[in-house]
Parts: sequence; structure tokens; C-alpha cells
Amino acid sequence: MEHIRTPKVEQVRLLDRFSNKSTNGTLYLTATHLIFVESNSNNSTSAGQEVWILHHHIASVEKLSLTTTGCPLVIQCRNFRLVHFVVQRERDCHDIYSSLLRLLRPVSYEELYAFSYNPKQNDQQREEGWQLIDLGAEFERMGVPCDQWQLTDVNRDFKVCETYPRDLYVPITASKPIIVGSSKFRSKGRFPVLTYFYQEKKAAVCRCSQPLSGFSARCLEDESLLQAISKANHNSRFVYVMDTRPKLNALANRAAGKGYENEDNYSNIRFQFVGIENIHVMRTSLQKLLEVIGTRSLSMSDYLVGLESSGWLRHIKAVVDAAIFLTKAVTVEGVSVLVHCSDGWDRTAQVCSLGSLLMDPYYRTIKGFMVLIEKDWISFGHKFADRCDQLDGDPKEVSPIFTQFLECVWQLTEQFPQAFEFSEWFLLQIHEHVHSCQYGNFLGNNQRQREELQFWRNMYHQFDRSMHPRQSILKTILTLRENSCKAESALQSLESRLQQLGVTPIVTSDPPAPPPTRDQRSSALPPRPDSLILGAPINHKEEHQRQDDDEQEEVGEEATESFDTERTVEGSSGTESRKQSYGELDGTYSSELAKEEPAVVSLEFGVARMTC
Amino acid sequence: MEFSEHIKTANVEDVVLRQPLHPPSRGTLCITGHHLLFSDREETGTRQFLLLLKNIDAIEKSVENLSAYSGLFSNAGHSERMSGSSGTITIKCKDLRVLQLDIPGMEQCLNIAHSIETLSCLDCASEMYPFFHRPSDLSLQDQWGLSSTEKLYSQMKELHDRWRVSTVNRDYSVCPSYPPAVIVPKNIDDSMLKKVAKFRQGGRFPVLCYYHRKNGMVIMRSSQPLPGANRKRCKEDEDLLQAVLDGSDKGYIIDTRSSQQATQARMTGGGFESKSSYSCWKRLHRQMEKCVGKALQESLIKLVEACGDESNNMDRWLSKLENSKWLFYVQTALSTAGLLAECVERDGHSVLVHGSEGKDSTLLISTLAQLIMDPHCRSLEGFLALLEREWVQAGHPFMQRCAHSAFSHARLQQESPVFLLLLDCVWQLWRQFPLALGFSEALLLRLATEAYASDFGTFLCNSHQERWALGVMERTHCLFKALLRPRERDYYSNPLYEPTELAIWPSVHPQSLQLWRGFFLRWTQQSRHLEEAQEEIRNMVIEWGKLALS
Repeated sequence: MEHIRTPKVEQVRLLDRFSNKSTNGTLYLTATHLIFVESNSNNSTSAGQEVWILHHHIASVEKLSLTTTGCPLVIQCRNFRLVHFVVQRERDCHDIYSSLLRLLRPVSYEELYAFSYNPKQNDQQREEGWQLIDLGAEFERMGVPCDQWQLTDVNRDFKVCETYPRDLYVPITASKPIIVGSSKFRSKGRFPVLTYFYQEKKAAVCRCSQPLSGFSARCLEDESLLQAISKANHNSRFVYVMDTRPKLNALANRAAGKGYENEDNYSNIRFQFVGIENIHVMRTSLQKLLEVIGTRSLSMSDYLVGLESSGWLRHIKAVVDAAIFLTKAVTVEGVSVLVHCSDGWDRTAQVCSLGSLLMDPYYRTIKGFMVLIEKDWISFGHKFADRCDQLDGDPKEVSPIFTQFLECVWQLTEQFPQAFEFSEWFLLQIHEHVHSCQYGNFLGNNQRQREELQFWRNMYHQFDRSMHPRQSILKTILTLRENSCKAESALQSLESRLQQLGVTPIVTSDPPAPPPTRDQRSSALPPRPDSLILGAPINHKEEHQRQDDDEQEEVGEEATESFDTERTVEGSSGTESRKQSYGELDGTYSSELAKEEPAVVSLEFGVARMTC
Repeated sequence: MEFSEHIKTANVEDVVLRQPLHPPSRGTLCITGHHLLFSDREETGTRQFLLLLKNIDAIEKSVENLSAYSGLFSNAGHSERMSGSSGTITIKCKDLRVLQLDIPGMEQCLNIAHSIETLSCLDCASEMYPFFHRPSDLSLQDQWGLSSTEKLYSQMKELHDRWRVSTVNRDYSVCPSYPPAVIVPKNIDDSMLKKVAKFRQGGRFPVLCYYHRKNGMVIMRSSQPLPGANRKRCKEDEDLLQAVLDGSDKGYIIDTRSSQQATQARMTGGGFESKSSYSCWKRLHRQMEKCVGKALQESLIKLVEACGDESNNMDRWLSKLENSKWLFYVQTALSTAGLLAECVERDGHSVLVHGSEGKDSTLLISTLAQLIMDPHCRSLEGFLALLEREWVQAGHPFMQRCAHSAFSHARLQQESPVFLLLLDCVWQLWRQFPLALGFSEALLLRLATEAYASDFGTFLCNSHQERWALGVMERTHCLFKALLRPRERDYYSNPLYEPTELAIWPSVHPQSLQLWRGFFLRWTQQSRHLEEAQEEIRNMVIEWGKLALS
């Protein structure tokens, strides 16, 4: 591309964020990626570390002032990666810097991994987006339409509300004039519609935006729409209206002609504030958090104080608390709930989707989770492009709302390791495959939300290898599973051979646990986990590599692979580097190490993509 | 037995027991010399609940006498009045469990409470339950314990040309807190050892505790030297340390006190090895002594209080966690151990570790460093043997340190949860290297419980000498042996264990350390979920193992 002035710079140092270590290598600039390849300094057999940075992930590039060793370039990524290069010549540094600045924005979205919930595609190709995941089928799964809820075509041409999807579900008693009237009374026309239907108790979760009530305005259509929602549920005489904002914010909105429902005007509602802060607070909070955890040689108490003052975990808890309230109301009391915030696309999306996750085990499967995101986030118009800073937009509109949602889900997977099919770190995808799906019942009921919330290290320190647990249980289990599958298929192929040869398999002569042999190549590849998110811890290349090697120590290699020997203990007087101290072992696993790396990266991309 | 004099009411019917994670149940409560026994008679079959009285840290009682007034004014009979009253005893255990007993009858309630209070505080070691515990599948004739100095020495052929086993302490006269046999340099004879012992606090002269096979370097441990204010020297002590070096150019002394504290210790007769007299040794000071004293006990109390706080407030939780400083202590312990391991493994020098007494922080970091470096210590047997060598035999005063836990209102004396801190650090290692350690979290939890209240004799008394005097080795069973019985071994071993020869360097960034939820939040629903997940992994691995063998 014409923006790239210097495609390759040699002799670049990559500084480690938390120690004084650095690695030398070469920096390549391509149309889509910035690639750093470590030069093979002391050992020609070991392929160096590679760092791939998608331009689109880069949040900011900063050129620091020139030092004696070179010109530092700090790149901050949206997936919380922070790289610090030192380029020897200032001109090269400036070239890269200016190229990057140009390259940051005009990325063609089609080149991005076709993630089903790619936000930009949604903005442009909303109609087509629907066909990826069939939301109609999803609502059917919930039992809608039914005798109380119907599909309405009022928004067919996005006339009533342009940020809503075309197919909307409303109470059967709500006529078109009521809907249109109500939408005029709601901010951005986002009138109350169904988002989740809890079949067992016939209770519904609806969402909308704030009413334009100001200090005294009322709207009869809106009132009768709420009445209709209430009527649709015979179990209860009222609906909860959850305003997910703090009361103060809602009051302030009244001055702008917006506000919240007046309980006197709506005969059948119970009104409740939940107190999740707005996008600006969240953005600042995350910034503070990142600042704290980016500090070098951070002390324990600074860390905890910083964690506290960032308030990030408090906000996470507020979201989860709101979801628990929602879940309890629906599943225990059997009351329908209407959720809104200001515009009904940030906090509302968080609370509705998290609540559905708590209520419905289906959303805890891989497919279900994608459906959930499609439904509550994409189709109901979460402003991914703005919130994730995809276009050159208003920085005030950027906010880690979706990240926050993902973190909430992660907190749940931490607390209920067995309840989720998908996971980054959790093992239970396999559990799901070995045993038939036995999901827990309602999470919401026995939920004890307390101090168990913790810092999500793997999100915010994804790329700081020294901070990771050095060994992953998940990976080992996947390997073990893979191995047992291999053993099984080898057994089968051997048996079929025996049959071909006309020998009936005799149990006693059956070789116990034959190590997978070369005829495995003729047989099909062993079954692989069919997860999309996590299914790639072992890639094909690696498999061949393994087969070429003697295959005794597969598991052992896994164990050693993840040793990052980053020195973390201070006050050292040792001078030996890792390569020297583990020198004798390099031959045995370093090639494996190199092969392993892309797998790790691809796994992490799972998050990376979702966060941006 | 004289226990009976403390028991006025041995049996109470119709008691309601509430315990975490279980629905309340109604049944009979029975109190014996060592146990609280509760059996309920549900239709589904009787369930028994047995609690060692020693496990009880504190109790609270509240009595409601509903008919007290009516009793005054009417002529109601005694029994009738009693039936109207009831009492509640809240029992707080040393394993952080909180139980509640609703007992009908005020008098019975008070009697029971009184019995629990007195019986749980008896501190005569020879009357404790281990002396009465007789499980059917263990025999007292078995060899006691897993390892001994002699056994270690005979296994390590590498030691033989430079080191010897000295039995100078066979009658515990040289050092009361050491075992009878210790490993010392070959060219230091027993008479010299006696002189060295006089120069070290409590007679704890430098002994070998770890030999690093890769480079022949060693870890020694001792207590502080006693140069005092007038800077006395001891030729034999200097010779001993010189003999440890054996030609290599230098060694490190890791002092677990800050240099200021070490200087202050001179005033009270203690001190440190001065540069002039020990020219080949380089001293490194690490402020750790706080990690073991009263401050640590207070930290535990604060942390447990924070964990028990029911208010759902994130900020308060974080500030309480910070305020307890527990994680700070974990971090300090791990990083000092890392430093020690680094000196030996990366730098290739021998190290002497000591604090002031050499019974707490010294043992803590030498144990952790061995776990980091030595693959043998990371298996189940290896870990238990390590604990036996470095804690039980090396004279960690378990009885004093573990007399009370976080709930007790008793005045603090010698209590300090150093052993718990060790287990927490090991757990952090285990979390960072889930495949490298051969034991499971369940083992750490079991040890944390057993250190405070046990059926076994392993953690009784404060030193080898006391144990010998009471005949612990003859009259009680060994916990470590019991943990290696086949069924228990299955439960306590790590299904994913893959031994690795490499050192496991833990990360000590604050972001990498976590609260040990399995212990501190053990009695909540959430830990149960984690436990179930662990169980599932175990089953899975076993199943695959079978598959591979089929």
C-alpha cells in the first residue's frame, strides 16, 4: 500500500513491559499487520518469538522522545496489549509511526475475520446479518409467538424505530397505533418489545429506552402498552420496570424532557432503580484499571487500592446484581420485567443478555451464546462501531460496554465452572462431550454474589507472558482427550485391518494402548472438539510434527511448553539468561514451542475479536 | 477419665444443627471427652456428624428464657419452665466453619457450652485425641513417619564425601528443638558443633536442609548468631560456614529480617554474621520477620472477618482485603523463596537461611525454595516428606503456633499461622503450575485442618524432644502415613500430574496472586462448584486412563 514507506526495519528491540528484558528482532509492516520477528540470536534451531499486531487492534501509537539507544515507539492495542519498541534510527521510527497513523483507520472491514457479530457489517448490512443466525427460530425456541405474544411487522421498513430489528414481538393485545404512539414517547423510538420469554412461568423480559416524560408528560399509548405486557402474564398483576441508571442520572434526564416512568400514571408497574453507571464512568474506570495494572513493580497494597479506586469490579458487580434481580423476578416470582436505561442499548443490553444467560442454559452453550449476542446486542442495535471506536468517531462515545459484559460472563464461568460449554480457560467443554450435557438449573437462584469477583488477569494481561499461569489445565485436558481419541481411532484402524486380513480380533492379543502409529495418517484425522472458540489448541501442522517425532512424550512436551522462565524475583544477582540455564533442554522442546505459539495466539484472538 | 467431670450433660435430644452447605437437621447431640457427636434421625437414614472439640476456636451462646416471667408468677413445674426456654450455641471452628446448635432447655444449653469451652481448651498434649485414635487399617507397629535424617543421607550418595550425619544432639542437650540426627560438613566434629550451638540462638547451629543435585550447592538453615553488642566471634561457627563453601568463592546468607532489625537484635545479644569475620559470605536482608509474628495472626483474623462479611459491597471488600495484608505476606514469602532458589539454581552458590529463631520464616522459605527447585519434592510423597523434615522434625512449634485460629478471643501469645501461610503459598504455586505438583488442593485443605485439630500425632507438640518424651511415635498414628493409604492417596493426588525436571518459577506480580478461595471461602456454595469441577476432571482423567489401557 502507498502508505507504507518502510516495510522492514531491522535491529528493533522489543522491551518487556514488566522487567528489564528485551529482545532484538525485525519489524515488518504489511497492509494488515505489524509483525515483529525475533532474530535467532544464539540458537539457529529455535524459531524466534513472533508478535503479530493487527492494525485494527491498535488504539494508539506514541512516539517518545529520542534516547541514547534509539527511538521508542509505544503501541497500545485494544486487546490490552502494550508493546514498546525501540527503533535505532529515528527516521525509520518516524516512518513507521506515520504509516501506522494512516493505516489505523481505513481498514476495509471485509478483511477482518468474518466474525458473525462483526459490528460494522451490522451497521451496513443489517438485513443480511439476520440470516446468519435465525432469530425467528430462536424466538420459536422460547415459545413465541404464542397465545399472548405475536410477531409484529410494524417496523418492517425501520420506520418506527431504525435501531430496532425488523421482526419484533409484542403482546397480542397491543395494536399498531398503540405501538406507534408508544414509540413516539420513547427516546429514539425504542418502544417496549420482547427480548426473552420465560416459558415456564409465562414471564417476559422486555426492553425499551427511557420515556420522554420530562416532569409531567404522559402518553396513554405507552401506558396501555405496558398494561398489555402486564396482561400477557397471568401469573402476576404487575410488571417490574427496571431503570438501570442511578436515580440521580434519571432525575437529571428529566430536565431534558426525558426521564422515567411515573408510578402514578402506570397503574400496574413497580419501579426500580438499579444504579449502573453510564458509559463515561465505565470508560474512565477501565482506564484507571489499566493504568494501575500497567505499573511496573507494583506493590500488593497499591494494586488492591488501585483496583478498588478504579471501581471496575464495583461496576461489574452492579451489572451482575442487576441481572440477578431480573432473573429472580422472572424465575422465582414469575413477574414480567421491562428493562431500560437511557437509550436502551448499553446497560439494557448488558442486563438483558446476562439475565437470559442466568435463566436459560441454552445460552451457556457455544451456539446459544452466539445467538444471545446476535439477539440482544446486534439486532437491538448496540452501537458497536461507536463504542469500540471502529470509525474515526467521537472519543466520548467509546466505552468498554461489551468488554464489561464479557467479563461478567467470565465471572460467572469462574463461579460456575461446570455450567458453561464455552470457555477460555475452563475445561468443561470436554466435560460436555464426555458426559451428556447436564447443565445446572437456574444459576440465578443460588447465586451468591459477593467478594468472589476477582480481577480478570488473563484479559488484561493476555500478552504479558510472565503473569500467566505457566501451565494450562484446559490445554492438558484437551491433549489428553486428543490422545485418547487417537488411541481409540488407532485401535479401530488396527481392528479393521485385522478384519481385512481375515483374522478375528482376539482380545488377548490386542496390543494394549498402541501408541498412534504411522498408519494413522491413512485414517481420518482424529475427531476434534467442535467448539469454535476453543477448538484450536492443537493445529494440524503440529500434529504432523508430532507424528514425525517419536511419539512418546506428547504430554510431557505440553507440560514444558508453557514454561515461561521470565524472571520475576527481584534482587537477583544471577546473570544467566533463560536460554543458558535451560540450554540442555532447548533441543527437546523448543521446536515444539515454536509450533505451539500460533495456537495460543489463535485462542486469544477469540477474546481479542470479541472485545473490539 | 477426668474428662467426665467437665461433662454435666452428655446427651441432648431434639437439637437442631445448622451447618453451611447443608439443610438444618434435627437430632441428638452427644458430647464426649474429645468429640461433639450429632446424629439425626431423618426418615432417609441416620446421618452422623462428628467434630473434634479441638477444632473449636470460639463459641458464642445466647439463651432465651421465654417463660421466665410466667415462671415467676405461676406455680409452673420445673420441667414445664425448662421446656419453654432454649438456647443457641454458635460454634466457630478452626477450619473457618461456623455451626449453630439450637438446644432446647436453658440449663442443658449452658452445660453443653461450658463443656465445650473447657474441653476444647485443654492443652495437655498427652490427653489429646491422637493418643486414643485407633483406626482399623493402621497399626502402631508400623514405622513412624516417611523420612528421617539417616534415610535422607543414605539415599543421597552425592552427600557422602563431604557431609556426615552427626548424632551430637541424640539426647537433645545441644539443641532442644532439633531432631537427634542432623547433617553437617564432614570435617566439623561434634565438639565443634557444641561450640557452634552455643553461638546460635536456641542452639540451632547451621545444618544442611537441601542439596541441589544439579550443581552440588546446598541450603543450610540455622538461627541467628549471638555476637551481641560487643561483637563476639566464634571461630568454630566461621569454620563450619567455611567448610560449607568448600572452595567455591562465595555463598549467600539470606537473613529474613531487615538489616535494621538485625542490627537492633545486637542489643539483645543476637545479631548477624559480620562481613569482616565471614568474608566469603554475602548477606541479603529481606523484611520477612513480620510475616511470622503477631502481625500475621492479626492479618488472618482481619482476612477471615472480611470473608465473613455479608454486606455485598465491592469496595469494602477490596479495602478489607488490602487492609488485612495477607496477600502481601504471601507475596513476600514467595518472592523471598524465589530469591533463595535463584541464588542456588541460577547463581550457583550455597545459601544459609536464618531469621532470629529459625523456626518460622526460615522454614517457610526453605520449604518453598525446595518446591521450586526440586522435582522430587513435588510428588505427593515427596511433599509430605518435605513437610515432615522441614517442619515437624526441624522443630516448628505447631502446638504454640496453632493453638488458636482466627475466631478466638483469647489473648494472642505465640499463635501465628505460618504453616497456613506456607500452604497458601504452595497453593499459589499449584495454581500457576497445575501440572507440576503431584498433590491436589484437597491435600492442602486437609493439612490446613489437621495442623489445628487432628486425629493423628504428627502435629502434636512443639519439637522432636517433646514428642519423644510423650511417646508420640509409639502411641499415636502418623498423619502422613494415613494420607498415603490407597484410597486417600487417590483422593489427594493430582490427576493431571506430569513430573517435570525444570524449576517452577512462580510469578509474584500482584496480579498473579489470588485469594485462596478454596480455604478462606471454603464453606460457601461457590467453592463447592469448584470442587465439583475438580472432581469431574479427576473422573475424566481416570476414564481416559482406562480407555488407553483397554
